[in-house]
Amino acid sequence: MDLRYSESDEKFRAELRAWLDDAVPAHGEPPPTDDWDARCVYDTGWQRKLFDAGYAGIQWPREYGGRDASLTEQLVYYEEIARASAPYVGVNFVGLLHGGPTVIAEGTDAQKAKHLQKILRGEEIWCQGFSEPVAGSDLAALQTRAVRDGDDYVVNGHKIWCSFAHVAQYGELLVRTDPDVRKHAGITWLILPMDTPGIEIRPLPTLVGEGEFSEVFFEDVRVPVENRVGDENDGWRVTNVTLRFERGTAFASEMIQLQHFLADLIALARKVTRHESHAWDDRALRLEVGHLAAELDALWAMVKLSVCRANQTGVPGLEGSAIKLYYTELYQRVAELATRVLGRAALGRSDIGDRPNKMILNKMLQSLSLTIAAGTSQIQRNIIAERILGLPKERK
Amino acid sequence: MDFRLNEDQEALQDGVRSFCSARVPHDVLHELAAGEGFDRALWRELAEMGVFNLCLAENEGGVGLGMADAVVVFAEMGRVLVPGPLIWTHLASGFIDGAATGETVVGGLDLYSVDQAPYVIEHLDQLDVILLLRREGVFRIDPREISARAIPDPLDPLTPVHECSELPKGERVLDRDDAMQFRLEASVLAAALQFGIAEACQELAVDYAKTREQFDRPIGSFQALKHILADMFVRQEIARAAAYAAGATLDDPGVGDVLRAASSAKLNAGDAAHKNARACIQVHGGMGYTWEVPAHYYLKRAWVLENSFGSIDEHAEQMASLIS
Ligand SMILES: Cc1cc2nc3c(=O)[nH]c(=O)nc-3n(C[C@H](O)[C@H](O)[C@H](O)COP(=O)(O)OP(=O)(O)OC[C@H]3O[C@@H](n4cnc5c(N)ncnc54)[C@H](O)[C@@H]3O)c2cc1C
Repeated sequence: MDLRYSESDEKFRAELRAWLDDAVPAHGEPPPTDDWDARCVYDTGWQRKLFDAGYAGIQWPREYGGRDASLTEQLVYYEEIARASAPYVGVNFVGLLHGGPTVIAEGTDAQKAKHLQKILRGEEIWCQGFSEPVAGSDLAALQTRAVRDGDDYVVNGHKIWCSFAHVAQYGELLVRTDPDVRKHAGITWLILPMDTPGIEIRPLPTLVGEGEFSEVFFEDVRVPVENRVGDENDGWRVTNVTLRFERGTAFASEMIQLQHFLADLIALARKVTRHESHAWDDRALRLEVGHLAAELDALWAMVKLSVCRANQTGVPGLEGSAIKLYYTELYQRVAELATRVLGRAALGRSDIGDRPNKMILNKMLQSLSLTIAAGTSQIQRNIIAERILGLPKERK
Repeated sequence: MDFRLNEDQEALQDGVRSFCSARVPHDVLHELAAGEGFDRALWRELAEMGVFNLCLAENEGGVGLGMADAVVVFAEMGRVLVPGPLIWTHLASGFIDGAATGETVVGGLDLYSVDQAPYVIEHLDQLDVILLLRREGVFRIDPREISARAIPDPLDPLTPVHECSELPKGERVLDRDDAMQFRLEASVLAAALQFGIAEACQELAVDYAKTREQFDRPIGSFQALKHILADMFVRQEIARAAAYAAGATLDDPGVGDVLRAASSAKLNAGDAAHKNARACIQVHGGMGYTWEVPAHYYLKRAWVLENSFGSIDEHAEQMASLIS
């Protein structure tokens, strides 16, 4: 048990910090959330800068443009980008945090050569086509059908909730290749080029009011067999690799950003007056913030532990479900408290005076998705109960 | 004692419920959200039904009912999220001409416990009269007297808001004691709306849990969801009891402490509205995060009401001082 970063980690930290100190302000303010063209330019442009500076794909293999660095450098990296309030992965989320990692773990050499470096350079945006109207929590019930025809799979079906589908060049696609076997046994994982004829994308407005996710319809979409990751009908195993990245490590840097959110909350509470005093003079509020901060510190410690374990196996462990569960619910509590501190000003979603309404209320609304996306909180609890604790499954 | 609704109250509830479900179904919310968040024709119809003159004496042109009845009516309006300054117009019907008939739309600002800029005014563009509720009285101002800035993106798409930094003093229309009574009644009516939200969210979520299937069975068959839904029901019933009790206590102050009853109602109903709206989103899964499913309107309105006539914290503090 050792929490001390090595001398070389600290050297890495100093270099990265110096680079971020210039690069972050130079990259400017993020564009409005509903301006997707600008968002893509902003997010992929930042990714390109990271790549050129040698800070993209900290743990990705060097041959694909990664840094092939130690996991502790990865942690230092998360801490520093959050500290500098650097742009977050944004539209590169799927490619960088679970699509790319899945290709590294399970893909062919040709797939690695084709995609990994481009993802790191911000030249390929990925999306995820897993869920279907009938297959959400029960993902393995998916029905989108792929039939082998020569060197292609011909895909027909309907995906839903695909974040970034309207801006992505590639997608992680799950299809049913054998309808006659147990549902988990007939699934295949494909890399889908989003410009293939036969794909139709229809945006679905969210409760935030933006078109972050879409429905995607497939009519005779031809996907080359060489785009298959893993074997035919072995897609469920590959999916679990993807999901463990999605649930385990994908949230790590956001967690540090949550500490910043808490700091923003405190800054607001110092400004807002209630009667004669500041909101921050309210002991009840300080206690609540103190609780949240303590929980957040413990959660970050848990991430470190989990990352250290994953370093041995290459794939994050099932405790990622515990991290995801705790993080998402904690985030909602922070966002709710911040909204309370805004008081009646919270009725407007654009800034009032020096109150950061827009930031807080967008986070409050977006946080509602955290306990649903990437496996709901109920499903995470089931995974913890059944797969970690070994409790019997609910009777059918 | 018979704390149940009496026959007249049941009939009142049925009447308002059928009006509301016919006149304000969920697709009307989408239409209103895309427009101005307000419908003057609907306002007149609400007036005709007696929503605003409900508690006015019959010899003043009212229905002559009490707060308990008003709680029943406001709960129904909360269930379907009727937009507009319902509470202000209802409470103004005795002293602002045209409020009772729906001709004059009355809104206001609650400055009773916090009188500080920024002042956030709901539905300003629709208002004919603004009331300022202060500890020393209720004051009337003309909407044209204030210079306010529209806030482009309201949290509740059905509650447009303006912000201003200064307010005129206004002309006093109610004295200190009446202002206190106004605040009390307003917080109970807000609690009734919140209880309606809590109940509607429970019903929406239960219906969905019975029909949506995953793993080859209705999601409502999973204990994890059953317990969420059961908790929603319990919160809603606590809110109902507290709101009804507050209405009955205001009608007959001999039965209890009106301040305490009002705070208990506003606190419990506020908690139920907010938690049930969140749970309703969660039970709907991805659907709950869409604009299409109305769960988000409930959550957003719950935030508006939480910031009207005393927050949960304010009422908790009031309770603590009342019992000590
Ligand atoms: C913002 C956002 C972005 C998303 N992005 C993507 C994406 O890019 N790609 C993609 O493929 N998907 C995406 N999703 C989909 C997401 O993975 C699903 O919404 C999620 O898995 C839940 O599925 P569902 O929506 O069908 O809800 P359902 O599965 O119908 O769940 C409804 C309710 O039932 C509960 N429930 C279901 N089964 C059980 C059980 N066995 N025990 C207890 N409770 C249960 C759930 O917890 C939930 O409360 C996204 C979702 C959101 C909200």
